[in-house]
Amino acid sequence: MREFSQEEIDAVLALADTLEPYAYGGNCNSLSGKILALLFFEPSTRTRMSFETAMMRMGGKTLSLGPAEGSAIAKGESLADTIRVIGCYADALVIRHPKEGSARLAAEFSPVPVLNAGDGAGHHPTQTLLDLYTIRKESHLDGLSITLLGDLKYGRTVHSLAYALALYGAEITLVSPPSLRMPDQIKADLEAKGTTVRETGELNEVIEETDVLYVTRIQRERFPDPREYQKVARSYRITTDLLRKVKDDMIIMHPLPRVGEIDPEVDKTKHAVYFRQSFYGVPVRMALLKMLIGGDDID
Amino acid sequence: MTEMEMKITPIKNGTVIDHISAGQALNVLKILGIYHTTDATISVLMNVTSRNLGKKDIVKVEMRELEVGEVNKIALIAPGATINIIRDYGVAEKYAVDMPDLIVGVVRCPNHNCISNTDEPIKSRFLVKNKNSVVLRCLYCEQTITENIADYLI
Repeated sequence: MREFSQEEIDAVLALADTLEPYAYGGNCNSLSGKILALLFFEPSTRTRMSFETAMMRMGGKTLSLGPAEGSAIAKGESLADTIRVIGCYADALVIRHPKEGSARLAAEFSPVPVLNAGDGAGHHPTQTLLDLYTIRKESHLDGLSITLLGDLKYGRTVHSLAYALALYGAEITLVSPPSLRMPDQIKADLEAKGTTVRETGELNEVIEETDVLYVTRIQRERFPDPREYQKVARSYRITTDLLRKVKDDMIIMHPLPRVGEIDPEVDKTKHAVYFRQSFYGVPVRMALLKMLIGGDDID
Repeated sequence: MTEMEMKITPIKNGTVIDHISAGQALNVLKILGIYHTTDATISVLMNVTSRNLGKKDIVKVEMRELEVGEVNKIALIAPGATINIIRDYGVAEKYAVDMPDLIVGVVRCPNHNCISNTDEPIKSRFLVKNKNSVVLRCLYCEQTITENIADYLI
């Protein structure tokens, strides 16, 4: 995500905006006759299905490598060879793989464009783009004050998002338990780009000022002591009580799946945009596929 | 005869690596693949007085002229080193090591889960982000190496 310029991101978001009506089921055959190969070497539900939906909404077809076939291939054949072979069957590839850097390797060997749908603990750029699209649609990217909450140490989504937001001059507040703070290297990178980064353990201190509250899951396995996990998880839970003093137009985002970080009661409030955020993955992925594969003009 | 001259006697043919950062001479030998039994004549001087550096190391390898790939590797741990190619007791070539922008197949990525640490048909590739106090960034997984670079030499 670090290699994207603001202009490139804006171009993706603008095209996603144009294509959004078709993401609801409009008639678009721009990618008719084109094939997208989905290579998921790790399980995925929403990312895989939203890529499939994006392709099908534009009249294209998909080839899918199931998880079992993926692991069988991974045991015998090199990833480079797999990519070279499957790259000849499709017009573009989408890859999710447990090793960091796998998508970059795939791009080196593939005869067709490659989209990274997550490489180990590395990057998940299409998630970042759909997050930016959500912020643009539901809030604003200019002069943004965003709070990133939860696991900021291991969560790749928040790392990529923070880098992208630095391009837009956002003011970033980090709220996490001490053991799950954002790595110093990333904070240093952000500050070097002129981004204001604030860090606190208390959400209450900052929630009134924030435009976007981006919630992530705190994973149980990060805590050796289950009581400590319960304590931390409780203290970062978003409830309707907590929302009493927030800005009227503040939005809450979450990459999903959630496991108790947001009280279901919050879903009914105007602040909750996480399900729309999930849907926005479709127009954003449609835009990327259109840019990479080409196809016919949109009517 | 000065003390310095007693320590560094001329060699007929080979390479003298001068201005190595003090204390790094043994890592230079490691880069050159000289860490087992060897028949080569090697001289190592560590922490000798240097006018510019205060202290420096010097390595002298007889009957071997360093190749560019090896020189690049040395730049990673001793960016100020100079290479003297000696032929028939004279300095035939003299040049400073030049840190490349990209280091290919020299350093192993410290991230065990990086695709470059598998059997894939690729070489490790690192971008040199900062040439003064060396910072390397893996081109595949973006892991950085900022210290103890010698530990990651392939």
